[in-house]
Amino acid sequence: MSLPSATLLAQSILSGVFIGALYGLLGLGLSLSWGMLRQINLAHFALAFLGAYLTHQLTAVAHWDPLLTLLVIVPAFFALGVLMQATFARFAITPFNSLLVTFGLTVIIESAIQAIWTADPRMLDSAYGHSKFKVGALYVPLPELLTLVFAIALALLTWATLRYTDLGKAMRAAAEDAKAAAAFGVDVRRLALLLSGASAAFAGVAGLCLALSFTLAPSQIYAWIGVVFAAVMIGGLGNPLGPLVAGVVIGVSESVTMAITAPAWAPLVSFSLLIAVLLARAEKI
Amino acid sequence: MIRNPARTGIVIAGLALATVPLLKLPAFYESFFYLIFYWVVLATSWNILSGYSGYFSFGHGAFFGIGMYTTATLAGQFGVPFVWTLPIAAVISALFGMGLGAVVFRVGRLRGELFALITLAVTFVVATVVLNTPIDGGQGVNLGGVKLPALTGSASSTLYLLMLMMAVATVWIAHAIFRSRLGLGLFAIHDDEDVAEVLGVPTFSYKIGALGISCALAGAAGAIHAMFVSYVTVGETFSVFVPLTVVLMSVLGGTRHWLGPAVGASVITGLLYIFTAGDFAVAGRAAVGLILVVVILFMPDGLLGRFINTGRKRPSDEAPAIPTSTVPASDSALPAAAAGAAPAHALKSGAPSGEPLLMVRGLAKSFKGLRALDGVDLVVKRGEILGLVGPNGSGKSTLINVVSGHYRATAGSVAFSGQGELAGLPAHRIAHAGIARTYQIPRPFPHLTVLQNVALPAMFGRARLTAAEAEREALTWLEFTGLGVKTHALPEDLNLHQRKFLELARALAARPELLLLDEVLSGLTPGEIDGAIRTIRAIRDRGATIVFVEHVMRAVMELTDRIVVLNNGRVIAEGAPADVMARPEVVTAYLGKPHAATA
Repeated sequence: MSLPSATLLAQSILSGVFIGALYGLLGLGLSLSWGMLRQINLAHFALAFLGAYLTHQLTAVAHWDPLLTLLVIVPAFFALGVLMQATFARFAITPFNSLLVTFGLTVIIESAIQAIWTADPRMLDSAYGHSKFKVGALYVPLPELLTLVFAIALALLTWATLRYTDLGKAMRAAAEDAKAAAAFGVDVRRLALLLSGASAAFAGVAGLCLALSFTLAPSQIYAWIGVVFAAVMIGGLGNPLGPLVAGVVIGVSESVTMAITAPAWAPLVSFSLLIAVLLARAEKI
Repeated sequence: MIRNPARTGIVIAGLALATVPLLKLPAFYESFFYLIFYWVVLATSWNILSGYSGYFSFGHGAFFGIGMYTTATLAGQFGVPFVWTLPIAAVISALFGMGLGAVVFRVGRLRGELFALITLAVTFVVATVVLNTPIDGGQGVNLGGVKLPALTGSASSTLYLLMLMMAVATVWIAHAIFRSRLGLGLFAIHDDEDVAEVLGVPTFSYKIGALGISCALAGAAGAIHAMFVSYVTVGETFSVFVPLTVVLMSVLGGTRHWLGPAVGASVITGLLYIFTAGDFAVAGRAAVGLILVVVILFMPDGLLGRFINTGRKRPSDEAPAIPTSTVPASDSALPAAAAGAAPAHALKSGAPSGEPLLMVRGLAKSFKGLRALDGVDLVVKRGEILGLVGPNGSGKSTLINVVSGHYRATAGSVAFSGQGELAGLPAHRIAHAGIARTYQIPRPFPHLTVLQNVALPAMFGRARLTAAEAEREALTWLEFTGLGVKTHALPEDLNLHQRKFLELARALAARPELLLLDEVLSGLTPGEIDGAIRTIRAIRDRGATIVFVEHVMRAVMELTDRIVVLNNGRVIAEGAPADVMARPEVVTAYLGKPHAATA
């Protein structure tokens, strides 16, 4: 183990912030549906990858600008989220069963992706991929910067909506006690549809970011589950800013670990952080 | 007469299947059956924790994989004979699982969800460690040179027999647990873990124990499977396919039945074979995912769901097991009339009446700054009925929750005669010490029958009876509370009055020295209240000491020997009922503003 130079360390902290932003972006929708709808949506990851592959298709084959794909993906995924919530509500699914059903859904989506785009890894070769600029001695790649901007913007937007608008207050009331909220005239069912739609749309945005900066393969869906759920749990369920903050903490710890030990050990970091948090807050979670 | 038909059946099936290698069938059949046994072991072992107690694990692939790599390392790299690696794999896997459980099971809320996710995450962590250390190193481990014990002529027959033995042992163990104290405790944890703990089930150690057994069996299966695949790789071992399939098999077959996972495993292995034969591997995986979704949505109880009776024997006919000569339970006059049926010895204590039984000193409990209890001192004397009254939010229920161990005290002490200090003990230890309670809003175990609901505290409470004794004890208390006709009903079939009495029967069946009654009369009609008052008096006449939290003042005045008044988490008055209730500060506290209605 040798200490890296200051520049290398700063660069790895920066890349930790970037990857942490993606953890936060992926965790945002998960945290909302777990904390407010009591659903553990494993299919969130599959949706994000579906979004990534769609971005890839529209960009690489149809030659769209990557950002333009959001115009299609966001409404389409919103509709998917609404449909999913409508099904869950129809069958009065329990939190545990939501975990199982979305696990099944994940496998179905994974198989569909593999059938359409094959299991071969693919990397998007877009104009964005080549844009890097230098700040001082540090390289800042554009796709990662976009991810950070999206993650911060969506987290703040969600936070402000929940905190300051009537819609957000109604959502928080419904999450706290659905029956009481309904008795005060809140349309709990519609709010749940809206929340699930928003959460799926966030997955679509995260998919765009995935496609811009990562190599895609169907089996990679599962690689994100552990670390993103760690960010969600450390950040606090239903808290829109929590996953981003926790994600950045995890991301930075991971990339610093990678810089001073071997890259392959990074997955241990999030898990150790999670265990530490669980031990420290065992009574409060 | 066969004493245990299920276990006899398991052994006969095992012996019959053991003759298959003698038939000299084509090799395909042996490996196909091997795979069925393999999945039976994995699904059934998973179900011992996850199906019975409801703690879903997605980490079975990790526990199984640890077993595989234990054998791969010991036999493949260090030349340890294969047979020795089997128990070692089981032990290492069990220790790993129990260590994980010791962390996750301490978490308060959301334990179940967290357990599911952590076990999923841990699979990738274990895979990372194995891949990056000499255990695997990224190359995979070749076990081609490792010798199998010479059970039969061919290696494939030997593996077949080994996995068959594992399957027989696993299903046997699953059945034995299903019928045991541990099994009943796990089912209670599934339904309502907090109540199970308060009734005396040591929930933490039961979960850890079940997880240990589950992991040990998975680890041993992994050890055998390492020899079957003979070339062990991280990618194949720790794939998400193992937990997915195991959950699917158990849910499909029925997680609340000991045989459910084995049935599901056989069906799915067959389906997988049909789907994945040839070039349809991707479609096969999608089909498995689809089946999982459809089963959860349309058949949440699984294929064996309709045959489930949670392990206790069903009455041979629908008639109640005990003669109920008198009126049905809803008649309020019944309980006291039936009081003679209660076992006279049950609640009697050796010590004379009047001496202190429970001594509470400076007890405090805060919730995020709200002081629900603010230094409460009180003494409960042996043989008395102590009324605990006060306005809503004064801390009465919190006091019961802290004394019974449901909540942990922020400060103060709770001393129990002959048992020492109780504050800080887990709730099941407090139940063992001889304290039982009822819940204001009844919390029966919804999937257990009325009889099982009452037998459980008799097995796990102070009396610690055997299953048969507990059933007899439960029947007498059901008769005593007028629920004799509902013995084999599920709690959902009871009305509120009957549920309240189920709470009472459950508390009594533990044969407590101290009974904490939390508003047993609320929501009852005046006629029902009269009957309940007679019942409570009959309980006291049997020698129990009672703390009686109640808003129905008529009952308080009629029943109690002494009253303690709480307000804002403090004791504001104490003494004889008529005297205390006349004091001005009590009237002000209890009635609030002058315009409040009379009690």
